Amino acid sequence: MAPLDMTPAKPLGRTLKLVVIGNGMAAGRVLEELLERAPDQYDMTIFGAEPRVNYNRIMLSPVLSGEKTYGDILIHDEGWYARHDITLHRGHEVVEIDREGKRVVTAAGHAEPYDKLLIATGSVPFVIPVPGSTLPGVLSYRDLDDVNAMLAAAEKGGHAVVIGGGLLGLEAAAGLASRGMTVTVVHLMPTLMERQLDPAAGYLLEQAIVTRGIEVVTKANTQAILGEDRVRGVRLDNGREIAADIVVMAVGIRPNMTLAKAAGLDCGRGVKVDDAMLTSDPDILAVGECVEHRGICYGLVAPLYDMAKVAATGLGGAAGRAYEGSVTATKLKVTGIDLYSAGDFAEGKDREEIVLRDAARGIYKRLVLKDNRIVGVVLYGETADGPWFFRLLQDGTDVSDMRETLIFGQSYAGGAPLDPTAAVAALSHEAEICGCNGVCKGKIVGAIAEKGLTTLDEVRAHTKASSSCGSCTGLVEQLLALSLGEDYQKAAVTPMCGCTDLGHSDVRRLIVAQSLKSIPAVMQELGWKTSCGCYKCRPALNYYLLSSWPGEYEDDSKSRFINERAHANIQKDGTYSVVPRMWGGVTSPKELRAIADVAEKFAIPTVKVTGGQRIDLLGVKKEDLPAVWADLNAAGMVSGHAYGKSLRTVKTCVGTEWCRFGTQDSTGLGVKLERFTWGAWTPHKVKMGVSGCPRNCAESTVKDFGIICVDSGYEIHIAGAAGLHVKATDFLCKVETENDVLEHCGALMQLYREQGHYLERIFKWVARVGLDTVKRQIVEDEASRRELNGRFAYAQSFAQIDPWAERVAGLDSQEFQPLARVGFAEVTA
Amino acid sequence: MNVAVTPVAERADWVEIGAAADIPYRGARIVQTPQGDVAIFRTMDDKFYAIDNHCPHRQGPLAQGIVMGDAVTCPLHSWVIDLKTGEAQGADHGCVKTYGLRVIEERLFLSFAQPTLVD
Repeated sequence: MAPLDMTPAKPLGRTLKLVVIGNGMAAGRVLEELLERAPDQYDMTIFGAEPRVNYNRIMLSPVLSGEKTYGDILIHDEGWYARHDITLHRGHEVVEIDREGKRVVTAAGHAEPYDKLLIATGSVPFVIPVPGSTLPGVLSYRDLDDVNAMLAAAEKGGHAVVIGGGLLGLEAAAGLASRGMTVTVVHLMPTLMERQLDPAAGYLLEQAIVTRGIEVVTKANTQAILGEDRVRGVRLDNGREIAADIVVMAVGIRPNMTLAKAAGLDCGRGVKVDDAMLTSDPDILAVGECVEHRGICYGLVAPLYDMAKVAATGLGGAAGRAYEGSVTATKLKVTGIDLYSAGDFAEGKDREEIVLRDAARGIYKRLVLKDNRIVGVVLYGETADGPWFFRLLQDGTDVSDMRETLIFGQSYAGGAPLDPTAAVAALSHEAEICGCNGVCKGKIVGAIAEKGLTTLDEVRAHTKASSSCGSCTGLVEQLLALSLGEDYQKAAVTPMCGCTDLGHSDVRRLIVAQSLKSIPAVMQELGWKTSCGCYKCRPALNYYLLSSWPGEYEDDSKSRFINERAHANIQKDGTYSVVPRMWGGVTSPKELRAIADVAEKFAIPTVKVTGGQRIDLLGVKKEDLPAVWADLNAAGMVSGHAYGKSLRTVKTCVGTEWCRFGTQDSTGLGVKLERFTWGAWTPHKVKMGVSGCPRNCAESTVKDFGIICVDSGYEIHIAGAAGLHVKATDFLCKVETENDVLEHCGALMQLYREQGHYLERIFKWVARVGLDTVKRQIVEDEASRRELNGRFAYAQSFAQIDPWAERVAGLDSQEFQPLARVGFAEVTA
Repeated sequence: MNVAVTPVAERADWVEIGAAADIPYRGARIVQTPQGDVAIFRTMDDKFYAIDNHCPHRQGPLAQGIVMGDAVTCPLHSWVIDLKTGEAQGADHGCVKTYGLRVIEERLFLSFAQPTLVD
């Protein structure tokens, strides 16, 4: 540490002594403001822990990426301090504030008296307390020393792991990548920069980061940093290990209030200040990242400047100016990524939003309005209007008059309204529009142009698109509209919900055509009008993604109705019913005994036989569910999926094994069908039946898929219903062997899974697409049947895992436990 | 838009109920009390709300519903309840009681006496 500088002579008139702890941007700005207002009032002394003058900390990222140098980001060079007769003690750490003696004491033992004290100690990086966090090679990202350490590491190349996908972490990752390191970002949350961005913008950001060759791992909880004498990798709690030559921890900052706290100043999350930036001691002020003002701590630069103005005004003796908190705007300083966010963009009853998405150009804009005033802005891909929106936000400007065109920005001058065909326009020529007949966009557009087609029927005739199941009709019509402009009047499509103009079929086809593999991806690329969907579209999208990408798409349980999340049926009183699977309706003394034991052990009030030949345990408390399942699992029983949009039951009669009329082993076939199809997620529930003779004791002719056994084989019936609607099945075909039945069943299940609208039962789906279409693909076209069945079997390889056993083993355990019990006599910890 | 805040952690009317990380995003957990269950919600953008776990319609357990933005859909009959105000949205009418909830250093504090404070 350098010896203390000699105190230069001060100009006359500087009678009061101001001491500043901290030489960062906040302190520097207070002094600038003070010199402007009352240059001769104070004798000023600064203690800075860093061995440097004041530099622009928010420009560290351009220094890291090589776009700027330290010299470029200096705010106050040495001359500035000398010119204003300010004493700067660089590299001197203050260790005590002696409020009674009105002086501060440094680590070297030097004491400096003050009349007014300004605390600007800033923040410290938060280091997550995992094993190995103190190993050499683990860096934070806060000051120039950190940047220099990163640059030194980057020179050797190798791999860097950045923990934290917030503003700082992403800037560090981009900087290290531009310096030639390979980089992995691990982020605890599902989307990047979740504090500043909504999931839609987070999705776009992730795409942009990944295109730079940076790996992004979200929902990643770091369990340990590995290495003996220096870091060599990171282990996540899912067991994955990532090798690393350096680890940069950028998970957040904490106000540095150690000194203030030790001095007995009122502290919360930071040093508490009032609207005049005064701490609980009227001679001590605090500004910057170390303070807590009205419950809020700030980590961005704009609020520091606002605070500095107020503090300087107060120090200068003028009254009246108050700091009332700041609305902050964020911009990511990574070259080539345009992103802007400001204000509060949560939804609410009193709020409205305006969303503009342009999938082709990767643009997402969202304004949140309250009482016709902007309260939040998120811009991605095109941020030029950010400051304009921010000014409207800060000024509280009433935007009623410009609402219609507001989202297009300041320079908007009467462009086209939002185009509903944008999603289709953005498709490539190779994108498949018609799945049944394998027709791509280029072929349809080409045929429309070359042959002068003007109607849907003509397109069907010339290209075969939309001529089978008709699911792609909406898309074909949009292509007609796109090609013919206003000359084409297409039939109205019923939208999925208020969040989109697209119908179920369009969305299904586009998910496949554009390879969309997450809910935020669908919402962005298909131009969703809301930021995160609603209870109508989210379960539907979750199902469409799950059925389109088996083994790839990760189920979003928060987009499922409670029954499929809790794997039991919710009852009117909030309890649940539990139905274990009984394959083909067959049970055993052992299973019945286990059910009886469970019913008694958990005081389950009602035990009832269902219409689908199962036993229902009603009135189970939610917190008991895992224990109930554990006991049922132990007796060999698994979930009966009585709660799911999935295969429910296969009802059977006893068949040739006992019945004197039986023609085939209907029970055995029912068990085989159930073993084959259980666990499959479908658009709506699926019920099956197998009857051993035309007397039809299993009521197969009102099932979604029903078998009537006859002497010469098996009649397959489909699309029956016996609920709100009652409808006898349609005859599909007759086959000779059990294996034929299974193949037709798999093919039907898959065709329904691929074409059915969410919450559309099989009988409604068949009515929509036509029985002949279904027959053609399942009965007449053998190759098509095989392929469908093959896709079904493949999907089943991921689906047939007992959800009860998974939860008994601990999955989603917090779903079933209360967070806490409070206010009871025997308070539990 | 900022609200003055009292040092919650030291006050008797605020009860610590657990860690912020214990509530899933777009999800909820319940706190059991002698007066009935309180549902603690966490939104996608990391806001927390505490409301009675009973839908004004047929007492459906709101903690079991789908969370969308700052609202939840009741699992029984799809009423949509605003988490900020507790009021039913759209054509439905009714209101759920809301409670004070604060997050302090990643810990959650619940108050039965305080109205909802929103950052």
